[in-house]
Amino acid sequence: MNLLESMRIALRALNANKVRSALTMLGVIIGVAAVILLVAIGTGVQDEITGSIEGLGSNLIFVFAGNFEEGPGGGGPGGISTRQFTIEDADLLQRRLGPEHAVVPVIQGPLSLRVGNRTMRTTVAAGNENAGEVFGGDYLGGRGYRRSEVSASARVIVLGATVRDRLFPNTDPVGEAISVNGQRFTVIGHVAAQGGSLTGDQDNQVYMPITVAQRLIGTTDVGLIAVKAADAEDVESLQRRIRQVLRPRFGDEFSVFSQDQTLGIFQQILGTLTFMLAGIAGISLLVGGIGIMNIMLVSVSERTREIGIRKAVGARTYDIMSQFVIEAVTLSVAGGVVGIAIGALGARVLTQWVPTEVTAWAVALAFTFSAGVGIFFGVYPAYKASRLDPIEALRYE
Amino acid sequence: MEDLVRAGATNEPCDDARVVLEARGVSKTYHLGEVDVHALRGVDLSICDGRMLSLMGPSGSGKSTLMHIIGLLDRPSEGSVIVEGEEVSRMAPNELAAVRNRRIGFVFQSFNLLARTSALANVELPLVYAGVSGNERSRRAREALERVGLGDRMGHLPNQLSGGQQQRVAIARALVTEPSIVLADEPTGNLDSVSGVDVMTILQELNAHGITVVLVTHDDTVARHAERIVRLRDGMVVSDEAVADRIRASERRDAVVEEAGGEG
Ligand SMILES: Nc1ncnc2c1ncn2[C@@H]1O[C@H](COP(=O)(O)OP(=O)(O)O)[C@@H](O)[C@H]1O
Ligand SMILES: [Mg+2]
Repeated sequence: MNLLESMRIALRALNANKVRSALTMLGVIIGVAAVILLVAIGTGVQDEITGSIEGLGSNLIFVFAGNFEEGPGGGGPGGISTRQFTIEDADLLQRRLGPEHAVVPVIQGPLSLRVGNRTMRTTVAAGNENAGEVFGGDYLGGRGYRRSEVSASARVIVLGATVRDRLFPNTDPVGEAISVNGQRFTVIGHVAAQGGSLTGDQDNQVYMPITVAQRLIGTTDVGLIAVKAADAEDVESLQRRIRQVLRPRFGDEFSVFSQDQTLGIFQQILGTLTFMLAGIAGISLLVGGIGIMNIMLVSVSERTREIGIRKAVGARTYDIMSQFVIEAVTLSVAGGVVGIAIGALGARVLTQWVPTEVTAWAVALAFTFSAGVGIFFGVYPAYKASRLDPIEALRYE
Repeated sequence: MEDLVRAGATNEPCDDARVVLEARGVSKTYHLGEVDVHALRGVDLSICDGRMLSLMGPSGSGKSTLMHIIGLLDRPSEGSVIVEGEEVSRMAPNELAAVRNRRIGFVFQSFNLLARTSALANVELPLVYAGVSGNERSRRAREALERVGLGDRMGHLPNQLSGGQQQRVAIARALVTEPSIVLADEPTGNLDSVSGVDVMTILQELNAHGITVVLVTHDDTVARHAERIVRLRDGMVVSDEAVADRIRASERRDAVVEEAGGEG
């Protein structure tokens, strides 16, 4: 008897018990869909973060308060009890590193905007006059803030694309007045749309001098200090020099990461996270497999007489075995295919809120795994069926 | 007496026909907890090619057990079974399956058709395992169904057929592989008298075409459709004799129909 024949028999048996087959498949469908969806989210987020870190510009070094690096005194929850940087620390770095390297103290925070009767909440990203050079950005109109505006805490603001579209539809915002947390600011520029980001919509942002942003938020702290090396080759030596400058003031309570290191850390964390998500989803796939095994065992004992009849007319061990294995594999593979479709569809729907990416390897993995589950959990019941003694099977009531 | 019978069994003259199936000293013991049930005790039986034989005996005498053993569905506790000169007792399960498939057809009292499976597909089943596929398989299955008078019921499911029709499907399934021997265990046991006569007619027809038929029954009338009757009691052969006035099922039909109609 050939494989095609076994498949026909298996399909007929599954078709005879439609509801049961569908419910059994549901276990695998949920498992596979979960794997596809969670891996898609993990991969999507990872790509997004990689993209936004790389999109910041090149040759960047980030300095954080708190010890996030390994070594003596490390491992503590940095940032909570640690002394934060101030603008003076950034100025010190700029003086000591030299003017060829651009240093930007950065702070971020929420605020609310109002123009006429339109209001919206958004995020501010504030730096000094070097921010434009360090982080890039395409001006569609107007300009960035200048050094004089930073030192004077001037109430000037640059709008992201979303903010501009919401507050100044169809008008040129440059030179217009805008209320920021109730204070009157002047729009000096607006930038092109950049697309979504994990840290929120990058276009739903405004930019202003750090000095005025600190006042709005009510702090003298700086979130991080970014340094752009003049040359890619300088990055390593620059990291060393930054440490030398900061060590007398902060001891070990600060961390210096290059862009690549930051990327590596994020990728490592997110890779682990993706793996964990896939693992959790994999458990549900395993549960689905046990469901298949359970149903196949029930099916074997229900069909003992059928097995006896088949053996009486000449079915060999192999024929019975393959019939039941194929039944189990058909259940799991059909469940796998439906699960992949649902997972991919779900991922597409979710992109509205979370970046997702359905990768070929995740699909291949889920498919292989579901087929494997069918074989693994189908073999034992099939083996049991194939070993039945023909006369005992025939006598079975 | 027992020695005599046994000698008679093994030496039963096949004339020029060869022995197609043979049981030598077959015993079967079932162990039920503390108790041993001796279903068969040293049965010798030889079945001649192309003949029709009845295995008779009261309920519990071991008829079915013997049929299962010579049909290779079960193994004897002692003794050997020889099919067309080949000793099969020590064959592996898959080899036995192949012999059953090629040489033996079964008809059971309870039909044993696959439920939710058409008459045609049921008859095709032995051919599936014989590796016959496609057009040839369905052609042969159709022919077998036509032979038992069910040419117009091929697509019917077992539960859409009467008992007599189901048993005829089972006979078609038994003969579709052109076996040398058909074993029928109480084939008329679950049937009304008219259907029973029809089934016996078909079995006699098969036999007339050269297929060896072994009929297991506790009914004397049914047994006398064969040429020879072997009687079992308590797991032993107690007699083996030719049937003097063999019944022709085809000739009885009218009488049985009338009787059934009169009763109804
Ligand atoms: N599977 C079994 N387990 C235990 N005892 C059995 C089994 N099958 C048959 N027997 C016993 O063997 C004897 C012969 O049974 P069987 O061959 O079915 O008789 P018959 O077909 O002549 O009525 C009976 O006593 C029966 O109870
Ligand atoms: Mg019986």
